[in-house]
Amino acid sequence: MIEFHNVSTAEFREVVRDRMGSSSRLAALWGFDSPGGFYLRALLSHANEPVGSYELVTALVHEISYDALSVLIPGAQWYERVIYDLYGIRAEGNLPLKPLVFPRHSTDDPPMTHQVSSSVVSRINVSSLQRKAVGEGVFTIPYGPVRSGVFESIEYLVETFGEDISHLGVRVFHKHRGIEKRFEALNLMEAVCLAERVEGVASVAHATAFCHAIENMTGTEVPESAELLRLVHAELERIANHLDTFVRLTEGAGQAVANARFGIYKEEILRMRARLCGNRFGRGVVVIGGVSEGPQTNVDDILSELDSLELEMNRDIDRLMRTPSFLDRLKGAGILSRDLARQQGVVGPVARGSGIYEDQRSSKPYGAYAKLGFSPASPRIEGDVLARQQVRVEELRTSISLTRDALIRIGNDKASLWKSESTESISGVSLGWVEAPQGELVYMIEIEQNHINKVSMRCPSFCNLSALPLAFNGDILTDFVFIEASFSLIISGVAG
Amino acid sequence: MPWLSRGLTNGVVTTRYPRRNDDYGKTFKAAVSVRVHETKPDHDVIANCIDLCPTGAISSTDQGSLQLDRGSCIVCGFCVQSFPEFFEFSHLLELAASSKKQLMMPYIEESAENLQAIRSELAERVRSLKRSVHIRHIDAGSDGSEEWEINALLNPIYDVNRLGIYFSASPRHADIALVSGVGTLGMQSALEDTLEAMPEPKVVIAVGTDAIAGGLVHPSYSTYAGIGTSLPVDIWVPGSPPSPFTILHAILLAIGKDNGTR
Repeated sequence: MIEFHNVSTAEFREVVRDRMGSSSRLAALWGFDSPGGFYLRALLSHANEPVGSYELVTALVHEISYDALSVLIPGAQWYERVIYDLYGIRAEGNLPLKPLVFPRHSTDDPPMTHQVSSSVVSRINVSSLQRKAVGEGVFTIPYGPVRSGVFESIEYLVETFGEDISHLGVRVFHKHRGIEKRFEALNLMEAVCLAERVEGVASVAHATAFCHAIENMTGTEVPESAELLRLVHAELERIANHLDTFVRLTEGAGQAVANARFGIYKEEILRMRARLCGNRFGRGVVVIGGVSEGPQTNVDDILSELDSLELEMNRDIDRLMRTPSFLDRLKGAGILSRDLARQQGVVGPVARGSGIYEDQRSSKPYGAYAKLGFSPASPRIEGDVLARQQVRVEELRTSISLTRDALIRIGNDKASLWKSESTESISGVSLGWVEAPQGELVYMIEIEQNHINKVSMRCPSFCNLSALPLAFNGDILTDFVFIEASFSLIISGVAG
Repeated sequence: MPWLSRGLTNGVVTTRYPRRNDDYGKTFKAAVSVRVHETKPDHDVIANCIDLCPTGAISSTDQGSLQLDRGSCIVCGFCVQSFPEFFEFSHLLELAASSKKQLMMPYIEESAENLQAIRSELAERVRSLKRSVHIRHIDAGSDGSEEWEINALLNPIYDVNRLGIYFSASPRHADIALVSGVGTLGMQSALEDTLEAMPEPKVVIAVGTDAIAGGLVHPSYSTYAGIGTSLPVDIWVPGSPPSPFTILHAILLAIGKDNGTR
């Protein structure tokens, strides 16, 4: 399912363009400063029928610049900015590369080059985001990094001439933690723990994608019961994340009762996860080769709890999706057209709300999904906040039935095998992916005799946040909260 | 109207904590404790335990017994899995402490005067905050899960408004800064500005292992070892992430409303 190509820097852009078919997407563009030189790696995702595939195009870059891919694929621009921020390698031929994840001083070495040890570079002190819209009556609203409410830090600059938002600036460097570099100092067992902390609310997705990469490298077969339990935790995580979006949307719309009730359901899901594994975020469950242990509680209890939760939750969802004062706020807000979504390589429920029919659980199936007969949510073509909400509603219902099916299959059999033994010495390059609650998540890992040389990842929110400013087409200030919530962004993953 | 009846269907779901204990903790691995033994572990075992811990939370005392710093522990459970005779999970949720030293397991007896001094200084400072406090949350490089757990305090199950605890949109109205995350270079000036904007008296709470000592994320070229390196932290909340009960305990501890535990 993965093809590798090595090309020269001069050919790089042409090869990527030639390999991009009508159903292809630039899934990632990564830099890697190895002792042997700087590598540029483009990951292409092909949505072929019946199963999709990945293709990795690698070029060794001898210069300090390369031909900008974003000239051909606009979605590449954010990746190029990240590569310039972290490695100092410049994409030639496009807009100025404004800092996105790490604003360096010109005197500093780029933080990710292999010569630099992982010591603190220097204190960051940058001015606020630059204005783009100018003219009479235009003013700006700086929003963040510290914002009203309990949110992750992100800096927005909302430019408006009264009510309509004419331009939205975004910057995420405040939260940059240097996670990718940090992996290189850890052993494999610890690295799984760090993966769980890249996006703390999608811990299971991250640990699973990381372990998939290692398992693909070694050819490890994960026991069926372990695959099923991974699925249970992954789907409960998805339910919790979708409920979190419901909570934020209902809060924005002033639906106090709905807000309270979805808040209760979210808490109950987190508690259910804690009863299954001892952690509210499913941390420590997924390990290389399987899962750490079986369910920590009686599966039948969880099943009956899930049944009653589903009954209650469905009543509230049905009512919510018939409440005009809620739907009116969602309908027509934040329209992201299918073309723009494709151009930016948007993934997950946001893509499915814009008519892109892709879900890695079925298009590049992994784990237990194929066995349980999974079919993805039907895409909506409207591309507005309501469409994304409808996709999430459908996915939430699918997730509950998947969880139930998997739990029934797991049963209370204590004799199940939960983990297959891993190989003693691991070396190689491999890819691991999952459909996280926010969309496709990819890890690329390079290991030499159990030592991690490089971890590259692409979090779903990275693609989706890059498309967020494009979803504002004459939307007004009061739509902001709905549009942002409907993208369900995890900033820690974008900032890295 | 249909929502009104919907809102009444389940009766009261809110916890009675802190007035009564909530037994939710029983299902939850909140922290790691060191089991106290008559016999001391031998040197090899100690070396293995120290080596196993990904964040360096385990160390040995001068007397040759094991100790664990909850301020660095991310509750990965590696030690419990490999050395169950020396480590176990704790289900206690009231984990917040007003001094970093109190996070050491087994407890180090801090000199009574020292602890008394810390407590009375804090009590003096928060005397005017006893009835109601406003909180400003600041994310200084968290992984996103701390925000969920802090937000959970507002759902009907925890409903901290019943205790006079409110979240404030502006630092100007805030009494408590709830800071999560490892402390990134990029957030440093925003963090300082926000604290500067808060009126006196103010209390700073470090939420989560990352915020206390950097957790698994530090050392990195882009982070400090927790927010305590540059801020005067009053309350430390261990956990990765800490549960809502633990965060609530920290807030109650800050305003002198906890049940006198720890």
